[in-house]
Amino acid sequence: MHKKSIAELSQLLHEKKISSVELTQHFLNRIKTLDKTYNAFITITEETALKEAKKADEKIMHGDATPLTGIPIAHKDIFCTQGVKTTCASKILDNFIAPYDATLIEKCNRAGLVMLGKSNMDEFAMGSSNENSFYGAVKNPWDLNCTPGGSSGGSAAAVAARIAPIATGTDTGGSIRQPAALSGITGLKPTYGRVSRYGLIAFASSLDQGGILSQSAEDAAILLNVMAGHDPKDSTSIKHDVPDYTKTLSNPIKGLTIGLPAEYFTDGLDAGVQAAIQEGINAFEKCGCVFKKINLPHTDFATSVYYVIAPAEASSNLARYDGVRYGYRCKNPKNLDDLYKRSRSEGFGEEVKRRIMIGTYVLSSGYYDAYYLKAQKIQRLIRDDFLKAFASVDLILTPTTPTPAFKLGEKIHDPIAMYLSDIFTISVNLAGLPGISIPAGFSNHLPVGLQLIGKHFDEALILNAAHQFQLNTDWHKRMPEGC
Amino acid sequence: MSYETVIGLEVHVQLLTQSKIFSAASTTFGAEPNTQACAIDLGLPGVLPVLNAEAVKLAITFGLAINAAIPATSVFARKNYFYPDLPKGYQISQQALPIVGEGALTITLDEGASKKIRITRAHLEEDAGKSLHEGLVNFSGIDLNRAGTPLLEIVSEPDMRSAKEAIAYLKTLHQLVRYLGISDGNMQEGSFRVDVNISLRKKGAEKFGTRAEIKNVNSFKFIEEAIEYEIERQKNILDRNGVVIQETRHYDPNEKCTRSLRSKENAPDYRYFPDPDLLPVSISPEFLHAIRETLPELPWDKRDRLKRDYDLSDYDANFIATQLPVSHYFEETLKHANGAKPKIAANWIAGELSAYLNKHNLSIEKAPITPKQLGELVARIHDNTISNNIAKQVFEALVQHQGQVDEIIEKKGLKQITDTAEIEKIIDEMINANPQQAADYRAGKEKLFGFFVGLAMKATKGRANPQQLNDLLKKKLTRT
Repeated sequence: MHKKSIAELSQLLHEKKISSVELTQHFLNRIKTLDKTYNAFITITEETALKEAKKADEKIMHGDATPLTGIPIAHKDIFCTQGVKTTCASKILDNFIAPYDATLIEKCNRAGLVMLGKSNMDEFAMGSSNENSFYGAVKNPWDLNCTPGGSSGGSAAAVAARIAPIATGTDTGGSIRQPAALSGITGLKPTYGRVSRYGLIAFASSLDQGGILSQSAEDAAILLNVMAGHDPKDSTSIKHDVPDYTKTLSNPIKGLTIGLPAEYFTDGLDAGVQAAIQEGINAFEKCGCVFKKINLPHTDFATSVYYVIAPAEASSNLARYDGVRYGYRCKNPKNLDDLYKRSRSEGFGEEVKRRIMIGTYVLSSGYYDAYYLKAQKIQRLIRDDFLKAFASVDLILTPTTPTPAFKLGEKIHDPIAMYLSDIFTISVNLAGLPGISIPAGFSNHLPVGLQLIGKHFDEALILNAAHQFQLNTDWHKRMPEGC
Repeated sequence: MSYETVIGLEVHVQLLTQSKIFSAASTTFGAEPNTQACAIDLGLPGVLPVLNAEAVKLAITFGLAINAAIPATSVFARKNYFYPDLPKGYQISQQALPIVGEGALTITLDEGASKKIRITRAHLEEDAGKSLHEGLVNFSGIDLNRAGTPLLEIVSEPDMRSAKEAIAYLKTLHQLVRYLGISDGNMQEGSFRVDVNISLRKKGAEKFGTRAEIKNVNSFKFIEEAIEYEIERQKNILDRNGVVIQETRHYDPNEKCTRSLRSKENAPDYRYFPDPDLLPVSISPEFLHAIRETLPELPWDKRDRLKRDYDLSDYDANFIATQLPVSHYFEETLKHANGAKPKIAANWIAGELSAYLNKHNLSIEKAPITPKQLGELVARIHDNTISNNIAKQVFEALVQHQGQVDEIIEKKGLKQITDTAEIEKIIDEMINANPQQAADYRAGKEKLFGFFVGLAMKATKGRANPQQLNDLLKKKLTRT
């Protein structure tokens, strides 16, 4: 059952060939057995999952179901889930039980999805390897010595190992697409403003976006139909109509023009990645797509710009974790100052503290203009690069990451090296564009991801192109050994 | 050494919206602690602010009333600092693009002179919660009911030169915000909070001296005292060739002095940046126009108009113009006054009615006499049915709900006597009954005129038309 896609499972449920309770129990059993190896979950909600599954079965019985009713799902532990521990993989929220549901969670619940549990992640979404978690690192199901990527590492590993059929994640600088690539699955980051951020614990408010980690583009389209849409509780969510993303999946992509940015195909690319991407390009050409060389000249500045803007916003967003109203509070605080200092020093992990300090610095008096303001100006130029390119191409294709999964411990002591693994995903967040990573092959038995970038609110087209690719290849059907 | 006082004022005005500036929680004062703070006000993980449009409307209303520039785009910014009553660790405020730009307020000084005080800007922000220390041992209580209440921070240029000017500005501002209905201006409840910036400089000097900021003084009396104290304090320092430290001070009303809170060296860096959770506010000309349409006539414009059109006294015009409910009452009264001079109605409202209301601690909305009744009363004075004096008796009866104006006049037999023959008859009787006094008057004792007036009034129970009585009495007494 766990080898089936959402599309297939949905059909089986509706045809009453399996029940949601069976399905949910199946995944819960797999989690119990296999997750000690991967550590993909922080919290497993066994009791409520089975209750919800039973309710789902009743709905299906009464003909009152949606395409997702009864489908089990893992939610990244960054989304507030009412009555359930919500930690952001941080000690500072280890005792936090969310009193409300994020809008995204509400929508999933209403569609009948059954939550298996909360998945592991890099603390406060800061990281590219899921090694920054208070609850321990997540292992890549393809190679237990390697990271699954981050920050949505738990969600990626869970789907890759098929201990959850689909999962939610968030992407601020690549945190859905990069782990999807390193874990051999599909990862979709919608356009900024497409999915509500209400209840999504904030890291960098102008970049964060909730999205999907799935077995295929088709599965992602089914879930995006539910997740997308304006939310009056989120002033940055856009009042754009939500199309039926599944309807356009089968559109022929013959004649589509796809741009190849020179800046993403440099010498630093791993040979295996290069080869897999070239094969991917060939596959698209066979479908009748036309490729065009383009330039995104400000690409080199993207990482620096991101690592000014994101930490700046994070330093402010994380100020609320002060030990006063909720979360971790140090023992026996001597005075207010001590309460603040020790609660935060003891509660936050190293990478989080590092970014808070960077963020505070770049916003400080005397440095704001040189750093934060300057970075925002360059961000505008990066976005304009894409808008210019999209005047002559429909989509942009790039490798998702420069290398396949790296070893646990390999980059954790070299923050800059870690930051550079996001080099191909980061510009997409800065420009607010939608992006998807799909499996495109292997480099030394480790998965390689191919990224498609679309125009603002053109998720339909990137899902369409990705789906067509997945009809003509079977990389997305591969599973790690032992699954 | 002769110094000039320079004062600038920052006033935080709580806006009269039903709910908070960024959440739907209630803003009502006085609730049990932490019962009016929702997830957004508590700064829970994952929550997001949503702007309350009414707060924007009220802010713009103020801006238009002080003739300020309203920008096409306004932006919210985060002011970052740590304090237990600031749940998010930052306050959502405005920095570079405030909702209200430069404007001005004209104040009237004692001798009737007026002075224009420039207003630099006014911006929207959320209020913090309250920290309570009294009655709590070894800990402080945090009440977040107030967190998120909309504030309009109004910043003046340092245009004031004395405590009197400062108070005049504050009173005018206070009156304006209540008149416009944007705030209840209740200083005890904290809806009108004043920070005073004050410095001294040698008379004739161009540069401003170093200023001290006195935070959160909550009554006009204390503000005046605090300013006077500061002037003395700074004068003493400067006289000794000392240096005034730029710092924040607090006024102690018991000791009647100001005390240092923190100095510039410890002044925090707020790391302002535009709030990425909120969109820039677009203010279209249509939106501005719609708000302008709802602006009431401003109190000082109305006062000038009443004086001009109705010939009201300064006092009466001011009394009516500066209180919107009183204006409404006045306008209603005129509708029923049947052509009587507005001056008379104004007099009655600012005089008798006001005195009654004050005595019984009533607002004009709760007046026991309706504008219609007062209008009818004034009409009856105007058409000579009753005299102004008799009207006072009718007023008393109206207040006791003894009936309508005409009923009361009829029942109590208060109609004026205007028949010349009747008055003459009464006068003749008086003169005949008091021949000695009549003779004395004719001999030159002018004062006795009043004696006869009094007798006549007594005999007619005050109903004789005073003017006619006077004329006829004079005629009869001067006849030999």
